[in-house]
Amino acid sequence: MYNLLIGGAAGLGIDTTAAILEKLLKRSGYNVFTVRDFMSRVRGGHNFSLIRFGTEQVYSHSDQLDGIVALDQETIDLHKGQLLENGFILCDSKLTDDDPRLIKVDTAAMSKELGNPRVSGSILVGVILKMFGESIDGIADVLNTFVSKKNLDINLKAVKEGYLLAEQRFQHLSGQYSDWMLISGSKAVALGAIAAGLRFYSAYPMSPSTAILETLASYADDAGIVVEQAEDEIAAINMAIGASYAGARAMTGTSGGGFSLMVEALGLSGMAEIPLVVIDVQRPGPVTGLPTRTEQSDLKFVISASQGEFPRMVISLRNPGDSFYQTMRAFHLAEKYQIPVILLSDQYLGDSTSTVEPFDPQKIDVAQPAAEYSGEGEYLRYRYTENGVSPRLIPGKTEHLVNIDSDEHDEEGHLTESAEVRIRMMDKRMLKLEGLKHELQEPEFIGADGFGTLLLGWGSVWGPIKEAVNILNEDHHGSYAALVFGDIYPLPVELLKEKAAKASHIINIEQNATGQLGGLIREETGIICERSVLKYDGRQISGEEIAEHIRKGEIK
Amino acid sequence: MSMETFCTHETAWCPGCGNFTILECLKTALEQTGKRPSEVLIAAGIGQAAKTPQYISANSFCGLHGRSLPAAAAAKIANEKLTVVVDTGDGDSYGEGGNHFIHNIRRNVNITHFVHDNQIYGLTKGQASPTSILGLVTGVQPDGNFNEPLNPILLAIASGAGFVARAFSGNQEHLISIMKQAIEYEGYALVDILQPCVSFNKTNTYAWYSKRVYELDDSYDFKNKADAMQKAMEFGDHIPIGIIYSERKSTFHKKNQVLKQNIPLLDRKTDPDTVNRLIKQYI
Repeated sequence: MYNLLIGGAAGLGIDTTAAILEKLLKRSGYNVFTVRDFMSRVRGGHNFSLIRFGTEQVYSHSDQLDGIVALDQETIDLHKGQLLENGFILCDSKLTDDDPRLIKVDTAAMSKELGNPRVSGSILVGVILKMFGESIDGIADVLNTFVSKKNLDINLKAVKEGYLLAEQRFQHLSGQYSDWMLISGSKAVALGAIAAGLRFYSAYPMSPSTAILETLASYADDAGIVVEQAEDEIAAINMAIGASYAGARAMTGTSGGGFSLMVEALGLSGMAEIPLVVIDVQRPGPVTGLPTRTEQSDLKFVISASQGEFPRMVISLRNPGDSFYQTMRAFHLAEKYQIPVILLSDQYLGDSTSTVEPFDPQKIDVAQPAAEYSGEGEYLRYRYTENGVSPRLIPGKTEHLVNIDSDEHDEEGHLTESAEVRIRMMDKRMLKLEGLKHELQEPEFIGADGFGTLLLGWGSVWGPIKEAVNILNEDHHGSYAALVFGDIYPLPVELLKEKAAKASHIINIEQNATGQLGGLIREETGIICERSVLKYDGRQISGEEIAEHIRKGEIK
Repeated sequence: MSMETFCTHETAWCPGCGNFTILECLKTALEQTGKRPSEVLIAAGIGQAAKTPQYISANSFCGLHGRSLPAAAAAKIANEKLTVVVDTGDGDSYGEGGNHFIHNIRRNVNITHFVHDNQIYGLTKGQASPTSILGLVTGVQPDGNFNEPLNPILLAIASGAGFVARAFSGNQEHLISIMKQAIEYEGYALVDILQPCVSFNKTNTYAWYSKRVYELDDSYDFKNKADAMQKAMEFGDHIPIGIIYSERKSTFHKKNQVLKQNIPLLDRKTDPDTVNRLIKQYI
């Protein structure tokens, strides 16, 4: 497995260089995982992408580097310490360092000669491809997606010049992943929504959720979707609810700050029983927090957000595959139970790209609203039923009237203050939680029975935990297994109870300061995580880091 | 006047409230446009006026305080065949929902917005609303309201609304005519309807309004924006009612690439080939 860092100031083209490189590597057969670390600014600062690739599945990032591609001096200064002994630093000739591992390329002069100073990145792509023994046959096709038509030729030339300049240094490894997808969590969410029949998406731009809004907007005309940038998050969610009421499958997306504005309307979806999918792509809070960084600190917030009590489902996404299929499933559950379904992603998952098996939309069935009222007697939007789910008709599609109300209401949908109706309506709505319990998917079990220590996590720590279990078990100091939750509210408890009973130690690993999953587990099951590995510096924990903490006993 | 189609329900309003006549006029206007109840969606937020959808036989969306415009606009986006009317109060429309008011004018979805403007908060029992006049004494403004009253007509014209009108609950024939024209207008249409609040606004009474309002006649050209802005500022001894400003504008549905194809959004199906083609882009 190889690990490359491409770093520099914002505006130097790190993102494009990384995107071109990761795609070329994936197409040559590698399994690629790229994490993006950037500052909240448009120019300057220090940003980097870490591209890790190998012939086995890469689940997360690593901080140990085989190579650094430095587009500025700061990249060398900050990351040299992570470089393996036989690693290299590739940079422009004007950068300086006495490290013998430095490989200087006069990209400034070369790109000037080529006629465009912005092709330095492409020159470096050529150099790297040669160093890793790759061919440049397919580059035109890949460059095509990332550079404008008029700049295609010059970039092609730049890659070729870089390629000719360098010498092969690493062995090309033959992987089997050329037919797999390379996709980020946020783009997988967008595809999942489209596959589920999304018709309306409204959102207000907010990092790190904007990638979903942009991706959907770019496919909207093609897929027959209306994407609307709302005036604020309150409008965004109310629009999604209005569209859903009127029969268009709808979703909204934001990060924690925007979700804070949405909470009243979340209750409207619950009270009026209007299907809704909301994604919260988490970033560190409180308030503005660290806008472009990662955290998992909204769990307890979203499971209890909005006043009063109503049924909801919360699904945390663990990887891009999950992001696609669970988004589809979220639409299914929202429609089937007429509830809000909240997806929890985060910046790490949202912006990182992974290599995944091509998605198969056929795997998930998505429920549809009824076309006609087939029950007995008068049509009542909130008819009391055995499972709490009332017949949902689309206004204007039949002669029946569809009345919804945020006030407590009777079966017809008109407001009431009757104590008796209140109790029956509350019970009707809460009954849906019983149905939801049968839908729950147990957490993924990583490792094998016979373990001593059980690690617990949720969402995007899936990759790092998977790696950590491998690292720790290879150490032969104790044996480890893990449960990583996807469905998280209502909390699936069967597998947890079974595995917890066999564990001598239980450690929760979370990207927050208070161990929110640990708290939820304790509340729901009485199971106590006696130790925690908690990280809340805005940077995702790696498998190595988890293993290190556990080995050293540096846990809370 | 027939109101059988959108039949009457028992209401929880105070006797003498302007809401009664607005409700009656709304039913008549809808009936005169030839709509069936199942084709009509009445949306509202929270407030006394916002109870209107409860008292009319049509599809109804009683959502959150101030948030009926985004929900209603999106419902129209979802199904262009629905006739969508937002019927709610001045606090809901201009106070809690002020931001949505401005931006839905910009959005120009083909919906109609009737604002029951009694210049007071009724449901919360008599506090200043965004349109309360200067000096109005309430339990929360004991020294008199000193915040500048919002001019919804002027704001709407300035924000680019294509149909802006004012009516008075005490002039029913006129109100019905304005309501019909607003419903039939293609685009976002605002009708600010002056009405007395018999319980909490002892200043802007029926008599106060009756003395001041006058109907605009044919000599007034509502297509001239500069004149309309001038007219919009007339709110003192004389208050004009009628269409203050109107122009033809392209709507959200006409401008959106998907909606302009005239297939109601909710009737579209996602083509599996499209999904597979998008998936392949990532290989």
